[in-house]
Amino acid sequence: MSTATVAKSEYESANRSWYKRNEISITPWLFLAPAILFFMVYVIFPIFQSFDVSLYQWDGLGAREYIGTSNYVELWDDPAFYTSLKNNIIWLILYLLAIPAGLFIALFLNQTVTGIRLYKSLFFFPFVISQVVVGLVFTWFYDPTFGLLNTVIGWVGLGPINVLGDPTYVTYGIIAAGLWPQTAYCMILYLTGLNAVDPEQIEAARLDGAKGWKMLWYVIVPQLKPATFIAFVVTIVGALRSFDLISIMTNGGPFGESRVLSFYMFEVALSEYGFRMGYGAAIAVVLFFIMLFFIAYFLYSMYKDEKGH
Amino acid sequence: MFPTPIQKSPRSWQLTYQSLLPVALIFWLLPLIAVALFSVKPEGDFSGGNYWSLPSSFGGWDNYGKVFFQSDMPRYLMNSLLITIPTAIGAVALSCMAGFALGIYKFKLNLWVFFIFVAGNFVPFQILMVPVRDLTLDMGLYNTKTGLVLFHIAFQTGFCTLFMRNFIKGLPFALIEAARVEGIAEWKIFVYIVLPLMKPAIAALSVLIFTFIWNDYFWAIVLTQGVDSQPVTAGITSFNAQFRAAYHLMSAGAIVAALPPVAMFFLMQKHFIAGLTLGAVK
Repeated sequence: MSTATVAKSEYESANRSWYKRNEISITPWLFLAPAILFFMVYVIFPIFQSFDVSLYQWDGLGAREYIGTSNYVELWDDPAFYTSLKNNIIWLILYLLAIPAGLFIALFLNQTVTGIRLYKSLFFFPFVISQVVVGLVFTWFYDPTFGLLNTVIGWVGLGPINVLGDPTYVTYGIIAAGLWPQTAYCMILYLTGLNAVDPEQIEAARLDGAKGWKMLWYVIVPQLKPATFIAFVVTIVGALRSFDLISIMTNGGPFGESRVLSFYMFEVALSEYGFRMGYGAAIAVVLFFIMLFFIAYFLYSMYKDEKGH
Repeated sequence: MFPTPIQKSPRSWQLTYQSLLPVALIFWLLPLIAVALFSVKPEGDFSGGNYWSLPSSFGGWDNYGKVFFQSDMPRYLMNSLLITIPTAIGAVALSCMAGFALGIYKFKLNLWVFFIFVAGNFVPFQILMVPVRDLTLDMGLYNTKTGLVLFHIAFQTGFCTLFMRNFIKGLPFALIEAARVEGIAEWKIFVYIVLPLMKPAIAALSVLIFTFIWNDYFWAIVLTQGVDSQPVTAGITSFNAQFRAAYHLMSAGAIVAALPPVAMFFLMQKHFIAGLTLGAVK
């Protein structure tokens, strides 16, 4: 039986086509080809093209004029750039609150009472809605004349505060709106994570007298590490991608005080302020490098994970 | 289970918890409840300054009727569908294939290719904006749904490939080996063995991509303008300009724009959550 098989396959391999003989090494590339093509054309090449564009003065239509690093030199002295950068950092830090907040809600909802599934879905609700609608909803929520926020604080004799019209509050107001769906996302990650927590470890810890915060910190949170990692990744990416809310709620105002780099870039390159593609690209390059720092960390963690298996 | 199951705690805390749940939910969804309330209030309530009273009469039919029959909203919704569905199909198809290649085959560049997809998926949109807009203009696809769809497919392929590859890695490899011993062609292994097993992943990704693309705003305003091709997220700003200060109509419009992904979420909840939380558990 086995000799027959060997003989047959040897006979076959001599006569098989080149494709047949190399099938296993060629197939993956054939399967990858369309995805790689699309991804190269629309994602990878454009990154390098943006680096290139940032060295030119260009209105997007006419001829480009090479100006070296002038765009970056201008950026160095641009107060609007620093406002945006500062706001980006505030976004990054405060957005991370979504992680503990999500964990808190997940712990609150991790019970088995009647209707809890519906409660979980409804708590998750804000994440499903587009940021445009979240932005509109919160714009009305903050409205100084009839908004719910001012109506409520009016009952205790405070306000009115024009959150979105006040340069000191505006960024925080928008971040609060962004935290709403982001917290929902982190919550669902933690609910899934909590589901997989090892009950034996909890029992063992209970026998050792652990409870409450100690149990949470030393027994539960370490087991939630994969969920925390994903929550961290999506929150950082979400914070640096913040654009929709700013565009809808304030359009960067008042006096450009709520801009972040992503919004400022768009404003410079594609809005009525002028079509300065080169300058916009330079801002995008800075934003890209901030993100690259995190991307490197994410990939490094994934790499360690891959090798660990 | 953590925290301690409520059934094991004192009766008083059980009752507190049961009553706390709806209160917390109402508080959490307050901004949305307000908008839903606005959307069924008749116009008169607003001109009379009764923003927060209960609706004096049910104005829902009137408000939603206006959204559907006296505005461009239906066209924007249609555009959204025509952008979202082809994108979901395209991105899922490309990533099924790429995920198969990266999840099954061992070759030198495997991890590199995979990491390029993953890294690309995280880049800020702005670094792509100028070249992608330029490319779309050059191809004559600016302000078309096709232009937007092509970009979305390409960009979503990053996330989808990450997802599919990890899913396929979790499949029993013995199946593939058994098929190879039988001498089955590699593409047949994909079509007849791997693809049927990927159904849950395909379902999860389709609903996720549907939601992501439906909710996209940035690329909609970068690559399209006007009612012929803009999706509803971008359209709603012109809708709001048309009905400035008519809060009952703007609220109804916002709810209509938000509804399809919400419906998708409730119908496909299991898949949706499975997709979002992939990797949250080891």
